Amino acid sequence: MILGSFFNTQKNNQKKENDGVISLKGLSKVYDTGKVKVEALRGVDLAVYSGEMVAITGPSGSGKSTLMNLIGCLDTATSGSYLLRGEEVSGMSREALASIRNRRVGFIFQSFNLLPQISAFENVEMPLIFGGMPKKNRKERVMDLLERVGLSERMDHKPTELSGGQMQRVAIARALAMDPDIILADEPTGNLDTGAGGDIMNLFIELWEQGRTILVITHDPALAKRAPRQVEIRDGNITEDIRRN
Amino acid sequence: MHNPRIGLIIYLFLNSSRVQKKRAILTVASIAWGTLSLLLLLAFGEGIGISTSTAMQGIGKDIAVLWPGTTSLVWQGLPPGRAVRPEIEVIDLLNKRVPGLFGAAGEIQRYSAVIKYGKIGTNATVKGVTWGFGELRNHIPAPGSRFIDPMDERLRRRVAFLGDEIAKKIYGNVDPVGKELLIEKIPYTVIGVMMPKVMMGNYNGMDKDQICIPITTFKAQFGMDRLHTLIIRPDHPEEMGAVLEGVNKVLGTKYGFDPADKRVFGTWDTVESSKSQRNTMTGLKIFLGIIGALTLIIGGVGVANIMYAVVKERTREIGVKMALGARRSWITGPVVIEGMLYTLLGGAIGLLMAMAAIVLLGCIPTEGNEALAMLGKPTLSVPIGLVSAAILGFIGLAAGYFPARRAASINPAETLRYE
Repeated sequence: MILGSFFNTQKNNQKKENDGVISLKGLSKVYDTGKVKVEALRGVDLAVYSGEMVAITGPSGSGKSTLMNLIGCLDTATSGSYLLRGEEVSGMSREALASIRNRRVGFIFQSFNLLPQISAFENVEMPLIFGGMPKKNRKERVMDLLERVGLSERMDHKPTELSGGQMQRVAIARALAMDPDIILADEPTGNLDTGAGGDIMNLFIELWEQGRTILVITHDPALAKRAPRQVEIRDGNITEDIRRN
Repeated sequence: MHNPRIGLIIYLFLNSSRVQKKRAILTVASIAWGTLSLLLLLAFGEGIGISTSTAMQGIGKDIAVLWPGTTSLVWQGLPPGRAVRPEIEVIDLLNKRVPGLFGAAGEIQRYSAVIKYGKIGTNATVKGVTWGFGELRNHIPAPGSRFIDPMDERLRRRVAFLGDEIAKKIYGNVDPVGKELLIEKIPYTVIGVMMPKVMMGNYNGMDKDQICIPITTFKAQFGMDRLHTLIIRPDHPEEMGAVLEGVNKVLGTKYGFDPADKRVFGTWDTVESSKSQRNTMTGLKIFLGIIGALTLIIGGVGVANIMYAVVKERTREIGVKMALGARRSWITGPVVIEGMLYTLLGGAIGLLMAMAAIVLLGCIPTEGNEALAMLGKPTLSVPIGLVSAAILGFIGLAAGYFPARRAASINPAETLRYE
């Protein structure tokens, strides 16, 4: 755990092309419900490099959620290969995947998914506890994270006592807690009003500028346009991959 | 990395969302009720067991009762079918000659002897007995009284030892010791009264209704000198067989019959019959235990049910924890702990209720009511506690385990996306 480097805003925006965080090759996923087989992904190839911010767009049912679940190690692919920082993830055990989710992936959800009965502080602390960080280091770490998202004042509040935007900030602090390789955000502004949504998007841009690798699923075109790279999925295939400068 | 991290599991348990209070209370109550049933049934089983074995020993501990009969084998040219009628003296002979014998006693009965005390008259069985009879047949003298002793027997004293019922019948509430009594018009002095005892199984009537006098006095008054029954007790109950063979050998030599002839004496071996009695009691206890355990299992089903509901309610919570990197045991652990907690809490309440119930039941007087006396005092013992704790623990574990497995099988990807 490199506590110092996390807030180092100096960190690069110019990682080299070969510095791949995610490398998908021929990744496919078939849901077998017994009667019907649904091909959610049909051999997707995708490379995401360190420090990139990618918006993944597509209509509902296009397979973007499946893709997010596979990248987030919440689910495993039917075939194909998935390298996360050079490590093959497909075929790992459930326990190994749990550990990867803990250390390598930070999740942000549309519905925040904070644990309702514990405070903002404890929510952010949870992944650190899972990761086995000693108590004395945890406190400092959580305080830093909450300060980073501007919620130091509210750390003792329960999620129900926070606004939507504040809850999403807590969720972002939680996603950053273990200093993961990638941040996966699934419609992060979907449940927020325009103002709060814009703030959250700004926060993502800021994080990107600090060198974070971020994947955002969205079907909000305005939001997608703010991302430097946009990948569109239709019927389980990548149909567009645009980079803006 | 296979550290189960108990502390973390307890932390997660303490911080998971709480069950509705009413539901939790009902669940705990069902376990408490099951535990109460199990404990009370086992306690009654124990009580009945104790009172049965006490009652079994009412007639005497580890004794055999022998009735003289006829020979069934040819012996030294003599035909079978000869009657064997031992005299009073064989009791001394047996006590001297039979190895491993704790004691032998003999008795001769006279049924329906006329008993008189002042104007009160009645009929009762009078037994002439050797002095060792009291100990072997469990005639314990009430305080301030005694049984027939060797001097009474040697001097043919006219003394009588009364069963508690016959004593009450003749003397009412007056202490009979030292009072005079006419047995078939011959005066006797009462020297003792038997302590009340529960007696299961008897021959020739209940001890409480009978009068014992020295066998020598009996012979002098009634002219009978052949024993009706012999009482045998070995030093160790497991040597009963060998001692009975010894008795046959000694008496076979004296009366001329084959010592291997098992049919000369009709034999009631109480060691043997109490063994089968004990087996019956064990069977009864197991039966009661099974009924109790089944009742408790219904409570366990309640716990499992509530834990399934809890897991269902917490699906999203569990999914979130999985996404944050919780291991399988961190998901299942808190569910198992919660199920166990309901079970153990219910068990503890059930135990307290059972103890209270047993104290209350212990206050009900059983004297004078034989059925209640046979039911005995329900008793909680250490084995009952251990058996109940084991059943409870098993049920709690099972009630938590299956819902926990359901929790661990939750697919986080499906639970997390939308509200």
